[in-house]
Amino acid sequence: MSRRKSDREYEKTKAFRFFRWMQGTKDPYLGKLEMHPGTPREDTHTLEEIMEEEDRALEKVYDTSNKWVWLFQRLYFWASLIFCLALGTILLIMVANLPLAGTVDRPINNEVSQVYIENGIQDTGAVNVVTGMILNYRAFDTFGETCVLFIATTCVMVLLMKEEEKIRQDMSLNDRIYEPKNDVILQKVAFVLVPVVFIFGIYVILNGHLSPGGGFSGGAMIGAGMILYVSAFGFDKMQKFFNEKTYVVVKVGALCTYCAVISYYLFMGANDLDNHISLGVPGMIFSAGIILWLNIFVGIEVACTMYAFYALFRRGGL
Amino acid sequence: MELIYNFPCFSLILSMCAAIVSSGLKGKWARRLNLFVICTICVLSACTLYFTFVTGQSYVYKMGRFPAPWGNEIRFGNLEALTALFFSVVMLLCILGGRKHLFTEVDPFKENLYYVLSNLLLSSLLALVYTNDMFTAYVFVEINTISACGLIMIRENGHTLEAAVRYMVMSLIGSGLLLFGLCILYGITGHLLMSNIKEQVTILARTGGYHIPLVIAIIFVGVGLAVKSALFPFHSWLPDSYGYSTVSSAAILSSLVSKGYLFLLIKFFYRVIGFEVIAESRLFNVFFVFGLCGMIFGSISAIRENDIRRMIAFSSVAQVGYIYMGFGLGIEAGMIAAIFHIFSHGATKSLLFISASGLSDVSGNSKKFGELTGAGYRNVIAGAAFTVGALSMVGVPLFSGFISKILFARAGVMVGIKKMLPTLICLAVSTILNTIYFMKTVLRIYTPVKNEYQPKKWKEDILYGTVCLLFIGLNIFLGMYSEPIVELIRSGLSVFS
Repeated sequence: MSRRKSDREYEKTKAFRFFRWMQGTKDPYLGKLEMHPGTPREDTHTLEEIMEEEDRALEKVYDTSNKWVWLFQRLYFWASLIFCLALGTILLIMVANLPLAGTVDRPINNEVSQVYIENGIQDTGAVNVVTGMILNYRAFDTFGETCVLFIATTCVMVLLMKEEEKIRQDMSLNDRIYEPKNDVILQKVAFVLVPVVFIFGIYVILNGHLSPGGGFSGGAMIGAGMILYVSAFGFDKMQKFFNEKTYVVVKVGALCTYCAVISYYLFMGANDLDNHISLGVPGMIFSAGIILWLNIFVGIEVACTMYAFYALFRRGGL
Repeated sequence: MELIYNFPCFSLILSMCAAIVSSGLKGKWARRLNLFVICTICVLSACTLYFTFVTGQSYVYKMGRFPAPWGNEIRFGNLEALTALFFSVVMLLCILGGRKHLFTEVDPFKENLYYVLSNLLLSSLLALVYTNDMFTAYVFVEINTISACGLIMIRENGHTLEAAVRYMVMSLIGSGLLLFGLCILYGITGHLLMSNIKEQVTILARTGGYHIPLVIAIIFVGVGLAVKSALFPFHSWLPDSYGYSTVSSAAILSSLVSKGYLFLLIKFFYRVIGFEVIAESRLFNVFFVFGLCGMIFGSISAIRENDIRRMIAFSSVAQVGYIYMGFGLGIEAGMIAAIFHIFSHGATKSLLFISASGLSDVSGNSKKFGELTGAGYRNVIAGAAFTVGALSMVGVPLFSGFISKILFARAGVMVGIKKMLPTLICLAVSTILNTIYFMKTVLRIYTPVKNEYQPKKWKEDILYGTVCLLFIGLNIFLGMYSEPIVELIRSGLSVFS
């Protein structure tokens, strides 16, 4: 025997909420989400007027009514078309003349790759031959590559960095004006995913000498995790544990240590001195000499670079 | 193994380390660190040069525990050490000479980033000079491109942003072509080390195997580096990026960045492919024609320009044309002339940029010729420096430009009549055109005029004056003391390949 509830009581039950959700009359975001509705644009001009305006501007800048310019543009179009076709043909002929892929007697199957594969484990202690190659045999090149990432961040800073904190805050508020802030779905997903992404990134970095992966890929994962966190929870929360000061300390610290390790290694190696770095047992986590440490430094640099790109484009600062 | 073998490696690592450290420092300390590091690198390069000069040999230094085809390797002889010394000295002078403008044109908040960029630029130039491995060269070409781009756009205004985008696009096309050429070369030889590639290429050239990929690889690397060093039809990025960036950047870009690529190109000719194979591929003839075009058209554009900085920038196009013409002659004498012109142009062009900035400072920061009238009286030292640079570019005896012109002419008479006549005629025409625009400027800055601009005393900016004097000294040194330097280049080239 059921008892009829009053409307007010009924609204509190789960069944009411369930049916409302099923019928689609409830907006789950309402009241829980900060949203700024944009002001509608006030357009007094019609579409034709705008297009005419644009044409006039184009003509003023590019002088499109000039007959010679028009002729040149036609000529340019056809010349570039012919050039591209010719280049494509030449390249196809070249590809037909390259050594056949997959055959044994290709020039690239020479003593260089043979030594990497045969002696890789004794020489570097890394089970993953590729990591052994890039971080031990050709360590200087990889240091250069890390410097490429570093200089790329520096250039983006030159372009986008803003000094005043106020401008930064305005920028980070303004660019999501049409987008919900504190999105519950994103926050809940990030809450679950971010730790997993971080742990997986750390795993990939630390196992760089044992399994596929290494500093570059693991660092990219950690960077992606940080970007996910910051887009879910906002810069204010991020800055509680990762602000500009920590960024500088972490990045400069990692790169300086990297530089110190690599110069010690290069100097000792070049002068045929013993570098007192034990290679350990191949396959163990603490093995392969400097490779593990270099992977960590590269990973930190890559993660910092990814996050810095995102933060600089988003708010002009870290 | 003696300690001195390590000096090239030390100078590389030192500049990279300094760049990393300066990114965490305040502007003032980054400036001091930068000064210290460049001075140290000058000293290290000078020691290396002395050492290689005494022994007259070229040395291989393995970077790390493993020997060359497996590990990295750098190699240095007379020519490399001389170039490294020259690059670091010019870098030092450029940065010191434009320091006052750095304070005003670069946001103080970003000042340390300027020194990060310049340190890494220096390290990449040194690596291009010293490396013996094509992949290392490519990595440092990337660093060079990105840092040059940063140096252009650090003076934040519309012109420099546009110039940086143009530079980036053109330069990336060059890098892409270079990388593509390297991939083909690796595919047909199986090596990245320069000496090993040459071994394989010699065999391929003898047997005629993989002829088409080899020629295309040579063309791609050659054209890629030509785009990056602003050979004539690819120079459209140059006037804006040299004309509007801050003066230190303009001087560094014109006198060092393009020269690093030219040095890599010489290395590619001698050490990677071999001079005979390149000569057979007739790439030199292409360079010859475009070099001659560059000499004439660069000068004509410079005459039509009404902005002193852009005029000097267009003059760079002409001078790069000279260098490619020297390559195009296809004989060793032409190569030596081209290398000497790399030095002479590097020393002169940075002098011109620095002195032009001094002249426009006393003309209300205007770069237009109308305002510059009489500027030579208002800033005596900058006027003198500009005159010296102009005379050197025109090719008046006593200055460095004369020596490179006479070397080009001498090399021109050594080749057959087909190349001799165009060389000599274009040299003469280009000299006349150079005279027109440089002497026009010199006459203008020494035309007495009464206007409201304040003259500037020597004491007001001692550093700037000293830098100008040092540049004048360097120019006269290259002009007066040319014989030993040419001899050094010749002996360096003989152990280069």
